[in-house]
Amino acid sequence: MNWRQPHTGGMVMLLAVMAVLPLFLDNSFQYEIAIKVALNAAVCVGLNLLIGYTGQISLGHAGFFALGAYSSAILTDRYGLPPMAAMLTGALGVGLLSFIIARPILKLKGHYLAMGTLGMGVIISIVLNQEADFTGGPDGMSVAALTIFGWEPVTEFQWYWIAVGFLALCVWLSLNLINSPVGRALRAVHGSEIAARTMGIDTTHYKVLVFVVSAVMACLAGSLFAHYNGYITPSKADFFYSIELVTMVVLGGMASTFGAVIGAVVLTVVPQVLTVFENYEMMVFGGVLMGMIIFMHKGLLPTLSEFIGKRFHEPDKR
Amino acid sequence: MGGDLNLGAIHMLKLLTKCAAIVAVGALGFTGALVSQAKADEPIKIGTFLSVTGGASFLGDPELKTMQMFIEDLNANGGLLGRKVELIHYDSKTSSEEAGTFVKRLIFQDKVDIIVGGSTTGNTMAVIKQIQKNEIPFISLAGAGVIIDPVKKWVFKTPHTDKVAVAKIFKDMKSRNLSKIGILSGNGGFGKSCQKNARALAGSAGIEILADETHGKGDTDMTPQITSIKSTAGVQAFLYCGFGAPTSIVAKNFKQLGLTIPHYQTHGSASMRFIKGADGAAEGIRIPAAALLVVDQLADDHPQKAVASAYKAAYESRYNDSISTFGGHAYDGLLIATQAIERAGSTDKETVRAEIEKTNNLVGVDGIFTMSPNDHLGLNEGSFVMVVVKDGGWKLSQ
Repeated sequence: MNWRQPHTGGMVMLLAVMAVLPLFLDNSFQYEIAIKVALNAAVCVGLNLLIGYTGQISLGHAGFFALGAYSSAILTDRYGLPPMAAMLTGALGVGLLSFIIARPILKLKGHYLAMGTLGMGVIISIVLNQEADFTGGPDGMSVAALTIFGWEPVTEFQWYWIAVGFLALCVWLSLNLINSPVGRALRAVHGSEIAARTMGIDTTHYKVLVFVVSAVMACLAGSLFAHYNGYITPSKADFFYSIELVTMVVLGGMASTFGAVIGAVVLTVVPQVLTVFENYEMMVFGGVLMGMIIFMHKGLLPTLSEFIGKRFHEPDKR
Repeated sequence: MGGDLNLGAIHMLKLLTKCAAIVAVGALGFTGALVSQAKADEPIKIGTFLSVTGGASFLGDPELKTMQMFIEDLNANGGLLGRKVELIHYDSKTSSEEAGTFVKRLIFQDKVDIIVGGSTTGNTMAVIKQIQKNEIPFISLAGAGVIIDPVKKWVFKTPHTDKVAVAKIFKDMKSRNLSKIGILSGNGGFGKSCQKNARALAGSAGIEILADETHGKGDTDMTPQITSIKSTAGVQAFLYCGFGAPTSIVAKNFKQLGLTIPHYQTHGSASMRFIKGADGAAEGIRIPAAALLVVDQLADDHPQKAVASAYKAAYESRYNDSISTFGGHAYDGLLIATQAIERAGSTDKETVRAEIEKTNNLVGVDGIFTMSPNDHLGLNEGSFVMVVVKDGGWKLSQ
């Protein structure tokens, strides 16, 4: 990693938080939430490349997550593949699938792109629900334990390190991609696709690339989730989960990798805290989201950074 | 350029320090609040996760209301073992992933003494691994037989299984000289399990299944499947295996297609919502159900009469809502749990588990429970009565 890159500090900070967090977690349930945060965050980091940097929306990423989860479940259970091989096969399959559909689907723009990706997600969800002989139908299926070269993570503590390790890898990849010529091309696509093309950027190529990268990240996170949870149902392919992922990215702050992570933290932890409101849980949750959109419409991280910047009279960045 | 980048790095670093601090403080506060909760005075803690919202809310809603009523009454009468009883509830939203998370929360965060919950078979099956691994007594409120067959050390359940229901239905069919049937099943856990048992039991019961159809989750029209059954020659009776909204839809489609053969459903339809939802089309449908459903029509010397009418009166006056057998499952679950804790004289998990297993001749609203190490349900066919829909209500069939 190049130490002179602007996001190095953020990366170090993220690793530090990950390393210190176990000191504050004192039971399996809290670890479970941390693990789910990390896996959601990994999906969001990938999705953010697509939405935040390239300006292309996807309402079907839950589908890729679920495909990863189910390929791990089905390949280990029905075909006896070792978990790592199943995971990689799933990732390869999803990579291929997303590559094939990326070109036609990314030709669409705005609402049409949203509809196209939505349709894709819904199709995946229907297949998982209906092919009950393979997937166990709406009640789902159990998933074998993960083994990594003979080592089997059992405790939540071990799983925590796997999940945050995976997240760190995704963040690192994402930062490197953004700070490369590819990243600049992506931002050019976001700014104005026509201008980018006039400059000689093969916009389709870059859009497809990002779509595939984000789909594979979601797929791998899905595989890890399935092994960790030990049970998977088609609800993970649900349209609402796709929306939740997009909300995490938007809430955290678009075009900000760490923003996506923070969005995932907030949207995964807050519902657990809100259970004290019992029947009013969803209302309060809706209220919190609306408040954030109204008062922090740029997203959590950009708003906070602006606020802190003003507070300490620092010159505005850039 | 380099200077700019360094400035950016410093800025980002500072910003992230702040963010990390916020996250850390938040996590601390969260932990602290929940830890202090666990260390508060020592009531007996009963944990539950129910489908109060989502696809199976018609199960979770009466279950939660029943449990809240039960615990309040129990505390008003001095609690259990001289201690107060606390009910800790999370809404699983009928999602199996949420159910799994909440069971962990109940076990590790809230440190409950026993768990009574799990409205659907899917939600229950998703948590069994956790329950078995962490060794905590669990009484499920879901229908399918797979939950307790094969027997799992820490897992019990109160609702009649689909297997018992199918056996009862087949017996009723035989007594009416119906032996060639068509069945339609939902593809959820209960429907699938019911279909499997119907296939398995048909031979020994002298029933022949001529048509065997399924429908998907969330389907709103079952006309194609029922048409196919209608056109199968020789079908003398129809059985629907499933629960929830589809039960009413099946009843409607069945009538719209002009079928007149006897129509059977399972105890998955044992709720007024089924009759109301079917809009008159439910007339004449026969189901096996707990005596609770027709408690007013029971003979005074019926063993369940007292318990069931007390529950019905209490529930209906309190919530101004008609009872369903689903709430009854929750009532029995708590009855079994609290009596086992009473007998155990403590909340020691292994002792309580052993006492649940020793439940003997306990009269609940679902039936009379007698459990054993090989039977974690404890109900037999005798606990069912056949009821028929008549004039928009339930009528006991002889």
